Amino acid sequence: MEYEAVIGMEVHVELNTDSKVFCGCSTDFDAPPNTNVCPVCLGMPGVLPVINRMAVEYSVAAGLALGCTISRWSKMDRKNYFYPDLAKNYQISQYDLPLTYDGSLEIEVDGVRKRIGITRAHLEEDTARNTHSLGGGVSGVDFNRSGVALLEIVSEPDIRSAAEAFAYLTALKQILQYLGVSDCNMEEGSLRAEANISLRPVGATEFGTKTEVKNVASFSGTQRAIEYEIARQRAILEEGGAVLQETRGWDADRGVTVSQRSKESAHDYRYFPEPDLVPLAVDEAWEATIRETLPELPQARRDRFMEQYGLPAYDTGVLTADRAMADYFEAVVEAGAEPKQAGNWVMGDLQKLLADGDVPIGECRVEPDGLAAMIGLIDKGVISGKIAKDVLAEMFATGKAPGTVVEQRGLVQISDADELAEVARAVIEANPGPAGDYRGGKKNALGFLVGQMMKATKGKANPKLANELLQHELEKG
Amino acid sequence: MGKITKQDVEYVSGLAHLTLDEETKERLVGELSEILGYMEKLNELDTSNIEPTMHALEMTNVYREDKVQPSLDRETALMNAPDSDGEYFLVPKILDTE
Ligand SMILES: [Zn+2]
Repeated sequence: MEYEAVIGMEVHVELNTDSKVFCGCSTDFDAPPNTNVCPVCLGMPGVLPVINRMAVEYSVAAGLALGCTISRWSKMDRKNYFYPDLAKNYQISQYDLPLTYDGSLEIEVDGVRKRIGITRAHLEEDTARNTHSLGGGVSGVDFNRSGVALLEIVSEPDIRSAAEAFAYLTALKQILQYLGVSDCNMEEGSLRAEANISLRPVGATEFGTKTEVKNVASFSGTQRAIEYEIARQRAILEEGGAVLQETRGWDADRGVTVSQRSKESAHDYRYFPEPDLVPLAVDEAWEATIRETLPELPQARRDRFMEQYGLPAYDTGVLTADRAMADYFEAVVEAGAEPKQAGNWVMGDLQKLLADGDVPIGECRVEPDGLAAMIGLIDKGVISGKIAKDVLAEMFATGKAPGTVVEQRGLVQISDADELAEVARAVIEANPGPAGDYRGGKKNALGFLVGQMMKATKGKANPKLANELLQHELEKG
Repeated sequence: MGKITKQDVEYVSGLAHLTLDEETKERLVGELSEILGYMEKLNELDTSNIEPTMHALEMTNVYREDKVQPSLDRETALMNAPDSDGEYFLVPKILDTE
């Protein structure tokens, strides 16, 4: 039988607020354990939470960017369960009236665009972090993370493959980063993704039994975990067996999912309205104010880059993957560079320098107008494109202006015809074989000779002129 | 409805991580049934035209600004912990991952 996968994603992102969602403790990730804690986030009796306005505004902004409806009337609820990461024995979350609901996100896989429904995005508090590495039969609990604002984004079960899940996560992260509402750093746990996966015969409308896959540390890990889980469930179903509803953890080292515990029906959270927090009423005016702060979103920016700058789809995808990168590119164009050329330098050499040095683009020492000036030097024939690579590397390392680098290192391109003609004659004399080949009709021997000229001039020969002069000298006899 | 069984009491006490002796269970069967009985009395009212009450106060949108305030120093934070190593609250080893 043919099966199809039915996948829904639950993504938790920590919101980028300075303070926690219900108290004034800092959200600094690097603080030593239990130093960003107070009676509220430690769950002491008798304290009162007060909600952080920014956390609500970030949630609404995320909801708007995902095409969600914003609730005019919303509230916080208590989700009751016992776990050592939860001092109060309840998590303040949202149950039946989420802040935002009913949106969608467009993804693209192999050139095919598809919309994945967003069921809801609701605000809640993060839990404490447990550490199991202390030994001695104990676990340690660090409440620094307890009470950090968390947005839970739940998708519809519209995803049909591991590749679509990967595309969904990538698109979601991109939007949230564009909005600046979350770092979406999976390593630091500011983005956590869980996948609900089930299989059903193609054409069936009912869902099969699902498993929930957790503990994945990267998007590619999520993709592999889903691929594994689909194969595992298919094997069970093909043998006539039944999939067990359970939570499974991804073991990246072994490349398998492992049963964590059966999802016992005792998960009865007994939600009820949080009596310590009054309802949230985001009216049209407030929603409009937040909508005005939204930046141009990735898809709109890609479309504009294609139209305004005439860039190919691939280039726009790379350049808009990161908002800072897209801003940088536009600043280079603004400073006078031709867009296609600017794009090539940003996506190519600059991106590589940034990646190799592990430097975020915000800390890049090559300012956009410096890169534009360097491209200008190529256009004016002062340096060759090849030399420009070295110039850029030095600009990147030292922060010097391109003109300064070219001058200090004597990199100005040789465009003096007499000087180059002399080099051409010397190259021909030193390479009688290829020169003879060329004269005998093997025109591609020219490339080798041009290469020799570049070598002789340490890359400074104007390539176009070198070409012409070589041909001229060779054809003279 | 309104009749609470012993199974209900065991289910609810299980969720609350409470261990009850038989006598207490029997007593709670009676007490909880009485409470539900009272709720049934309230159910006699026609509330079909009344919005559910979300909060006892008629207020909305009480917020704080996103400003960091001083936290407790760690010694104070850990002062009442049943067990700690000076850095972490210590709990019996958690076996299943969350
Ligand atoms: Zn706090």
